[in-house]
Amino acid sequence: MLIALFADIHANRQAFEACLADARDCGARRHVLLGDFVGYGGDPDWVVDRVTGLAEDGATLVLGNHDAAIGGSADGMNLEARVAIEWTRTELGKPARDFLAALPLTQSDDDRLYVHAEASHPERWTYVVGTLEAADSLSATRAHVTFCGHVHKPALYSLSSTAKMTSFTPTTDAPVPLLPGRRWLAVLGAVGQPRDGNPAAAYGLFDTDSGELTFRRVPYDIEAAAKRILEQGLPPLLAERLFVGK
Amino acid sequence: MARPLHDPGFVIDGFRLDERVHKGGMAMLWRVSKDGLDAPMLMKVPRIGEGTDPAAIVSFEMEQMILPKLNGTHVPKFFAAGDFAHQPYLVMEAIAGTSLLKRLPELPLPYDEVARLGVKIADALDDLHRQHVVHLDIKPSNIMFRPEGAAVLIDFGLSHHDQLPDLMQEEFRLPFGTAPYMSPEQLRGIRNDPRSDLFALGVLLYFFSTGERPFGESETLRGMRRRLWRDPKPPRELRPDYPPWLQEIVLRCLEVEPARRHPTAAQLAFDLSHPDEVKLTARSEKLKRDPWTTAMRRRFNTDLTAPRKAPVATQIASAPIIAVAVDFGEQGTPINAALFEVTARILATLPQARLACLNVLRSSAIALDSTLDEQGHNKKIDRLVRLKAWAAPLNLDERRLTAHVLEGTDPAAAILEFAAVNRVDHILIGARQESFRRRMLGSVSSKVATEAPCSVTVVRAPREA
Repeated sequence: MLIALFADIHANRQAFEACLADARDCGARRHVLLGDFVGYGGDPDWVVDRVTGLAEDGATLVLGNHDAAIGGSADGMNLEARVAIEWTRTELGKPARDFLAALPLTQSDDDRLYVHAEASHPERWTYVVGTLEAADSLSATRAHVTFCGHVHKPALYSLSSTAKMTSFTPTTDAPVPLLPGRRWLAVLGAVGQPRDGNPAAAYGLFDTDSGELTFRRVPYDIEAAAKRILEQGLPPLLAERLFVGK
Repeated sequence: MARPLHDPGFVIDGFRLDERVHKGGMAMLWRVSKDGLDAPMLMKVPRIGEGTDPAAIVSFEMEQMILPKLNGTHVPKFFAAGDFAHQPYLVMEAIAGTSLLKRLPELPLPYDEVARLGVKIADALDDLHRQHVVHLDIKPSNIMFRPEGAAVLIDFGLSHHDQLPDLMQEEFRLPFGTAPYMSPEQLRGIRNDPRSDLFALGVLLYFFSTGERPFGESETLRGMRRRLWRDPKPPRELRPDYPPWLQEIVLRCLEVEPARRHPTAAQLAFDLSHPDEVKLTARSEKLKRDPWTTAMRRRFNTDLTAPRKAPVATQIASAPIIAVAVDFGEQGTPINAALFEVTARILATLPQARLACLNVLRSSAIALDSTLDEQGHNKKIDRLVRLKAWAAPLNLDERRLTAHVLEGTDPAAAILEFAAVNRVDHILIGARQESFRRRMLGSVSSKVATEAPCSVTVVRAPREA
């Protein structure tokens, strides 16, 4: 079975629609949504609505820090992020806010763990940016594969049976067999705000039969997404960065 | 923990162990069979148990990842894999015949045979590199030959796949490989340069043509590091009749700095198949090693240039073999000028590309062997001179330029054959304007464009105002 994994959609309707369509064309049968549905982008209402629909159809969802900030605190976020959170709070209706507030920090499925950030203390929203954080995360679970987001740059870590960590920057569209002899942590790139220098929307496809993970990139209508951000009066920087993927 | 497999007749996942054919430090090899599968197959089973070297496990994992991704005649076909949680194994095609190791008692081999072997191995390496893999353990025991002649590379346990996590890189600080064949950059922990395989092939060519290993057999890190600064004896010191062209090629493979070797395996194969066209440098003349003073200077100034950051695929693509078909017929001049412009533009973007200039001498079907025309001039020499004159304004380094006059009754077929045999990446060819000959004989360029194994650019003369 092919599972499509989406992280950091960030209210970017155009990017999310493009990824969903691509996943459907690839034959994905299940959806896993790794948090940060809102924040930064101009279409939080539409995205939460779509995500709610996917959840009703059986998708697996976890909470992201921007989702948590809607009903909680945005302390510690940078200025643009806080501005976007404050605007999103006013934009979302109560059902949407309640939906986000009810999301769990982690979900498990078979031998897979889904979480937004580093898994040992998911509520601390630690970024997995290197083998140290990856080792912390992997030590907190017995799952064969952990899928997370939050970093906005795709990466793949593994822990060998001799407790050695490896790190790897994935190549788009080159399936990687997640060997059963070691445990893996896959950091998905961002659907709605990529930061690895490639502006195309990022998501992942995991084939449970072959055990192979493929990192996909999907070009989308960046102009339209940027226009929505500006129309909503959000900081122009949030629109500009989409074009360069930084 | 997995249970070791060791009894003939044992069946796992439908594969029946028939006969153990090898027992090594890291793995055992069994001949296996399975109902419904006709091919001769080998099962590789890692030796796992108390005190197993972690490198054995990781290198088996690497092979498990890489082998299923490989295709083509130069690698064993992959059939199945079993995982570590249950019973680790890999089932692959059993290649008929023996490895190059069996030839060791016959060394040194005749020069032309060494060159022929070299072309076949370089061919296989070219194919492997184009599949994003650097082998990193090229040596006689890892090279086999199919009955029809193609070289097959085996054992990808130390290999690097550019699109997969490199488990060896992260796991071990010490370099892994086979001491006599390991490249200087491998010794320094660099695992993603395809030219490391050209170095190992250079060691093999040196060994097979002289009977001696260029850097000895030292297994210590200190002994292996000597190759970073101490050059090997020139083959001509060992065999006075050693051909300069072969020494040129072999010593170029053994350059410490990867950038001074052939840019790609395909370019190395090209040189080995065209001895007359090899540009001889001071390397080909050497009769003695560099003086000690030079070696010591190198020893204390061993800054190899920074490793390449570019992916393997980009490295290969930046050094293509380009063939340009130049016609000196009635319509030649305007087309050849246009062809020159296009060639110059392409070469300007690819400083490592090499250019083969082709011209086809039509041999008549009646007198195939007559290369002399009525005036007694050697037409072939004349064409070679004209080809070189056409290419001269490109100002290419001689190592990047060769000229070839092909003979045949069908020019398109001659160009296509050259492209296939020499692993040409891109053919540039002019299209004739409408003419009586084209109507009668068909268009050479359209046949080449239709049937070529590579990209073809068809160039037309500019329209007249």
